[in-house]
Amino acid sequence: MERRTFLGATAGIAAGGAAAPAIAQGAAARTLRVIPQANLTSLDPVWTTAVVTRNNAFLIYDQICATDAAGAVKPQMAEGWDVSQDQLTWTFRLRDGLMFHDGERVLAKDCVASIDRWRRRDPFMQVLWPNVAELAAVDDRTFRFRLHRPTPLLLMALGQTQFPCFVMPERIAQTDAFQQIRDTIGSGPFRFLRDEWNPGQRAAWAKNERYVPRQEPVDGLAGGRVPRIDRVEWTIISDPATSANAIAQGEHDYWEYPLHDLLPMLRRNRNVVVEQRLTDGTYGVARFNTLQPPFNNPAIRRAVAMAVDQRDYLRAVAGDDPAGWGVCEGVFTCDTPLANEVGSDVLKVRNIDRARAALREAGYNNEKVVLIAPGDYPQINALSLMTADILRRLGMNLELIAADWGTLVQRRTSREPVERGGWSIIHTTSSGQSLALPVFHLFLRANGNDAWFGWPNVPEVERLRAEWVEKGGDPAEGRRIGEALNREAMAAMYYIPLGYYWQPSAWRRNVTGMFRAPATVFWNVGKS
Amino acid sequence: MFAYVVRRVLATIPVMAVVALFVFSLLYIAPGDPAAVIAGDQATPEDVERIRASLGLDRPYLVRFGAWVFDILRGDLGVSIFTNLPVSLMIKQRLEPTLSLMVVTLILAVSIAVPMGVIAAARVGTFVDKFVMAFAVLGFSVPVFVVGYLLAYVFALELEWLPVQGYTPFSEGFFPWIENLILPAVALGSVYIALIARITRASMLEVLQQDYIRTARAKGAGQRSILFLHALKNAAVPIVTVIGIGIALLIGGAVVTESVFAIPGLGRLTVDAILRRDYPVIQGVVLLFSFTYVLVNLLIDILYTLFDPRIRY
Repeated sequence: MERRTFLGATAGIAAGGAAAPAIAQGAAARTLRVIPQANLTSLDPVWTTAVVTRNNAFLIYDQICATDAAGAVKPQMAEGWDVSQDQLTWTFRLRDGLMFHDGERVLAKDCVASIDRWRRRDPFMQVLWPNVAELAAVDDRTFRFRLHRPTPLLLMALGQTQFPCFVMPERIAQTDAFQQIRDTIGSGPFRFLRDEWNPGQRAAWAKNERYVPRQEPVDGLAGGRVPRIDRVEWTIISDPATSANAIAQGEHDYWEYPLHDLLPMLRRNRNVVVEQRLTDGTYGVARFNTLQPPFNNPAIRRAVAMAVDQRDYLRAVAGDDPAGWGVCEGVFTCDTPLANEVGSDVLKVRNIDRARAALREAGYNNEKVVLIAPGDYPQINALSLMTADILRRLGMNLELIAADWGTLVQRRTSREPVERGGWSIIHTTSSGQSLALPVFHLFLRANGNDAWFGWPNVPEVERLRAEWVEKGGDPAEGRRIGEALNREAMAAMYYIPLGYYWQPSAWRRNVTGMFRAPATVFWNVGKS
Repeated sequence: MFAYVVRRVLATIPVMAVVALFVFSLLYIAPGDPAAVIAGDQATPEDVERIRASLGLDRPYLVRFGAWVFDILRGDLGVSIFTNLPVSLMIKQRLEPTLSLMVVTLILAVSIAVPMGVIAAARVGTFVDKFVMAFAVLGFSVPVFVVGYLLAYVFALELEWLPVQGYTPFSEGFFPWIENLILPAVALGSVYIALIARITRASMLEVLQQDYIRTARAKGAGQRSILFLHALKNAAVPIVTVIGIGIALLIGGAVVTESVFAIPGLGRLTVDAILRRDYPVIQGVVLLFSFTYVLVNLLIDILYTLFDPRIRY
């Protein structure tokens, strides 16, 4: 029996839609019962980058500015901002009536402390921070950046979704950025109910009655963050078939990340809606260790890339329906300003025989290739197994290691040869937001020992990246640099882009007010 | 007897010490780094190192082990690396669901399996015996998660008699509590029923050959009285032994059952902690499991004396 058949059978969702049990009126009708994508283990969005922690933070905290559905940065807590003529002074003014959950007013000094803690961990702001001469509160509602030189990307960093800058009370934000905070006081549309938190089972939030939303309609993460439900409750269900059954039976209202294998059955249930909520796809990445043979040879890396057909990978992860995924044969997120395929010809070969010939010409000498596949991450595991199949078909000396994610994240730090615990190829996934710009594109960095695992050293890529940080505000210049970066990355081929897949969500038909956004958020969402 | 119990309780101390040393050492040498998981992909090696230092994971083995043992002796199991919550609180939050599941499973299994085994032995070679044995083989062969999925499909999705998943605390009422436990207990109990039924049958068959059973029959004792009063008590020692051994089986099975039915118990806590390398939680839970197992064995040893007065300690 195949995995999909088995899951389908066990999920057992009646095609016509199972009738929902009688739900107790009142509390249940005012509670949004959510199955989140992962267990909420940490509450501090600065201390850890876990997406589930960030989603929790969007409920609790507010942002100074936020990204709308089109990707533009709009004011959120800020009433607005002024930029001086010489572009060296940015002055932000807060909206009136902003309150923390404990009843204290939100002040400019809280924003200053929050930015100061966040910038110590956010890679984007770390790049820009040398340009900042001073960040200080001017009065209770105003704070100001003074810059050494014009930094148009400042706003983008403050309003980003990937590692958002959330505002906490000053006394909490003064915690070391490498220590986890214990308090969950924010000024966002929901209050965290700490007494009800049972990590691995449940987390709950109550509507923040004091919250003053913006008047504009919701637009991505910008606009009015109106809490339309009294309570949001997350229940951790690790088994996908059980989650599917719980949604089908109406025991839960919303499933953030349904397994792709179960989507066709969920779609057949007339009480369930399956739609894309996130504005970005999830991108697959195959990463080479450029320090050790055989992938210290760029020609061998390119030979492997010639055998890759992104469609095979994406089918393995997201199923046969082409609407669920897309080919993207460049290093930047498709359909974003920098997306291009200059120099990406190598990814369009898609031919094992030609790849095998190229491998021979490159001088592959049967060196062992260690590929680590994380069995507890179904999508990354599927990508890993696809590459393993290609390597076998190319005749490479492959050792496939099945491990869990915890083991992989440690072993990938090893720079040793494979015989001494090193590795040759790993896979991962990343949101499209993270790959849209050179400044925070992790896999594009090629600064040797300081680069992401695999440690590629391509000085030209780093030079172009620095140039983009300087000139990236200009669209034409940004485009030119983006094309040059794609060409360099494809020539060096230290990672293979594997395309992207969509991760839809599923919810009961009586859930209202759903909208697309770069992150999973629950304001504006109600129940009929 | 009292002296024996005291001796056995004292004997658990070195056992627990060995378990503690073993668990700590195993985790120390196991691959994985919670700091890297916390820091995420964007973190620099320096960031990871700072988090590791803040968690005290950069200290030498002996220092960490010593501090951990010292805390345990003071009754402090430590704090979870990820949640920042005391491990004892996390265990307390998860204890009731697991305990409920195990108790209901145990009651269900014993009340079904023992009569099944007795009847199979009494009707050895007949259709009833073969049916019980076939059921036992099936119970052994079908994995718990398959039984769980099938039960959920039939009784929750199709018939809508019981909920698909979840757990309701006992404090919210007996019926909501038991409603959530029936399917998981049946799923988890299937292996256990098979095991106990087989042992009961084998043990009863041996006892039923004894002279005193023939004597009981000769003096006109009824079949029910012979089976349940004379034979079962004398066949009880291996049955009690296997029930005790089965506790370990239940602990293992609870991990899977809790996942399938989304029961927030210790099994899931253990798996989640292992996957994240949350060392204090893993250590605390394994210590608890080991302690439970040692206590169960002690209880079984004491029960032997009740069933067989010839046994003396």
